[in-house]
Amino acid sequence: MNKLGLWAILAVAAMVLVGGVIGFVWLPRVVYSDQGFFAAWCSALGVPRSWAAYGASPVARISSDVVLTHELLEPSTPADVGHGATLALRCTMCHGPTGISFADSPNLAGQYAVVIYKQLRDYKSGMRTNAVMSAMARSLSDTDMRQVAAYYASLPRPAAFRLTGAAPAVVKYGAPMRNIAPCGSCHGAIDHTLASPWLKGEPRAYIRAELTAFASEERHNDIDAQMRAIAHGMTPDEIDQAAAYFAGEH
Amino acid sequence: MYNVRRLVLAHFGFAFGAFALALLLGEWQMIVRSPLHAWLDNPEHYYRSVTAHGTVMGYVFPTLIAMGFGYAISVTTLQRDLVGLRTAWIAFWMVVVGTVVAALIVASGHASVLYSFYPPLVGNALYYIGVALIVVGSWVWVALLTINLAAWRKVNPGKKVPFTMYANVAGSYLWGWTAVGVVAEILFQILPVALGFKTTVDAGLARVLFSWTLHAIVYFWLIPAYIAYYTILPRAIGSRLYSDTMGRLAFVLFLVFAMPIGIHHLYDDPMVGSGIKVMHGVFTAMVTVPTLLTIFTITSSAELAARQRGGHGLLGWVKALPWENPVMLGVAFSFVMLGFGGAGGLINMTYQTDSTIHNTQWITGHFHLIFPGAIVIMYFVIAYDLWPALTGRALGSLALVRTQLWLWFVGMMILTIPWHIAGLYGMPRRMAYYDYTNPALAPDAWTVIASVVGGGLAVISGLLLVYILLSSLRRERVAPPAYRFSEALNESPVVPRALNGFAVWLGLMLALTLVNYGFPIWELRKIPTTSVPAVYVGGGQ
Repeated sequence: MNKLGLWAILAVAAMVLVGGVIGFVWLPRVVYSDQGFFAAWCSALGVPRSWAAYGASPVARISSDVVLTHELLEPSTPADVGHGATLALRCTMCHGPTGISFADSPNLAGQYAVVIYKQLRDYKSGMRTNAVMSAMARSLSDTDMRQVAAYYASLPRPAAFRLTGAAPAVVKYGAPMRNIAPCGSCHGAIDHTLASPWLKGEPRAYIRAELTAFASEERHNDIDAQMRAIAHGMTPDEIDQAAAYFAGEH
Repeated sequence: MYNVRRLVLAHFGFAFGAFALALLLGEWQMIVRSPLHAWLDNPEHYYRSVTAHGTVMGYVFPTLIAMGFGYAISVTTLQRDLVGLRTAWIAFWMVVVGTVVAALIVASGHASVLYSFYPPLVGNALYYIGVALIVVGSWVWVALLTINLAAWRKVNPGKKVPFTMYANVAGSYLWGWTAVGVVAEILFQILPVALGFKTTVDAGLARVLFSWTLHAIVYFWLIPAYIAYYTILPRAIGSRLYSDTMGRLAFVLFLVFAMPIGIHHLYDDPMVGSGIKVMHGVFTAMVTVPTLLTIFTITSSAELAARQRGGHGLLGWVKALPWENPVMLGVAFSFVMLGFGGAGGLINMTYQTDSTIHNTQWITGHFHLIFPGAIVIMYFVIAYDLWPALTGRALGSLALVRTQLWLWFVGMMILTIPWHIAGLYGMPRRMAYYDYTNPALAPDAWTVIASVVGGGLAVISGLLLVYILLSSLRRERVAPPAYRFSEALNESPVVPRALNGFAVWLGLMLALTLVNYGFPIWELRKIPTTSVPAVYVGGGQ
């Protein structure tokens, strides 16, 4: 080992020592002065601790007990669709015989299976409530829900041709200063995220009612409060514009 | 230029071609998010463009320049043909294929994840495979430089490795180790998800692995520029390098300190402890040392030339420098931008001051001042300097070359200084549009318009560069003198043993990596609950 190399090694070791003392001894003693030395040292290293130890619960209220992954639903078989069609006979009163509603209930034809499945699970668990749907979902088994979802997903979507006119600003651009993303960044026009419903052609009254319910926290089964955060920032006017646009009544 | 003339030309040709296209994308991005343009109907197009711009400018362009320049250095300084020419061509085509695959996937909208990937965002697997192919191609280059140096040493036992080659190989080792982070992130975190074997990503660990690459990649981009400072400028202005030893020291210090400091990019990330961040901050400060050594050595080399030309006075000699020489002009512009960029960098690397500008437009302004500013202008200088030796044709008008450099410098300053100001006003980055009608954002509007103007000048300059290089090919053939790099003022046959090899410095680099990255990576690997569901871009999976 030559002299320069040895000096270099010693100099770097000294820097590690100085940096280590500052980062792991000196600063933690100031920043985490209420904890013991060992706890302070662990904090500086980044060892995670239980938040509960500080008396705070990390989750105030679970919004849904459905864990969304792309593998949540197996690909459906024709038998699933057939069973689902039979089960869906009891849904026709509100959602229409072909999944197109005449009662301002959501159109289900062509809706993503995972969307229908998640909402049914939430109705059953009570995370989402509705006078009619809560009772309907109570008797459904997990398989029933998967099959009903598969059936509706297999039907042709309500025609997008009902969409007329240009999208209002809140739909097209959102509102960047209010943290409102364009609707299409999750609901399909720009990109589609898991369990975000297809909205085009849904009844105006339904969209308006749901956005209003999200804004008031009356509905709260959106994971991480994603829709509530957006609906909170929307004005009643914007809610109506968005509802009218997606219903094709703009 | 021995057996690599066509090889180097291919690297430079593809690099500058890709650069020119990505430059246009950059200016388009600046325009569409400025007040001069209506909001984009589809913001996804913006992110698509940012991904393409970043991928080309971050991975493709500098890698090809470093590779091409590296081969040229190897043959001219070792004065022998390149060993492994065929392998070098294979590596080149790996980079080209990787680029084309990645670019097509990005253009089709299936991987708008930005060049830094941002897991849990996950795009199409082919995009990551394309990027990995580019990196693997560059690793072949690292190996080839080592092999060529070893072959030279075999027939020149105990002799001093030429300085330029020493710096070249130091840079390649820096890249070889730096790229491990991003490749590990792609292989172990992102690709298993993109290929459908897994649905969750440990976003924290992935970010830590990317930070392994993210900072030192800038030094990899910087090394060719630094080599040009040391070994092209003194020769071009009729001077000598002030100190060969100081130069070697600067490059090995980059080797040691450039990589194990990347967590200063994660100061606001919760999964890394504050003590680790302090350590990275301390060692980030150390990279100012080789930079200051360089500024001192190069300025001294320039002063030597100026005084020989009759310059005198404390600073009066600056006037005597050969300003009509494009190399001199380019280095001066580069130094100015490096000075501003470096000062900004001190703010970013300091744990406390970073919090005011973290994730604002300041950051984008900063790295545009450093990379396209200080570094890329030196890539231009390298291309101009090597061009006659590569093509056998002289460049046309030097006035046009100077105009090109001036336009780039002025354009970059007008682009980046207001960009920094926008960041100080608090404007966040990575957004496709801003509501400038809002009273809170209205004061920022002029900064973005100024940047559009600066970017426009840079586009003109970039296209002018392509014109100058291509139009020279129509000129008649000349026989340029053999290409050479600068000699040192005191060209001694020996250097300290540590500065003729890399063992000590590579050992320190690995040891510091272990100290600074070992615990966070081990810890995040160990905790089972840190993975989150992937967010698939481009229409879902």
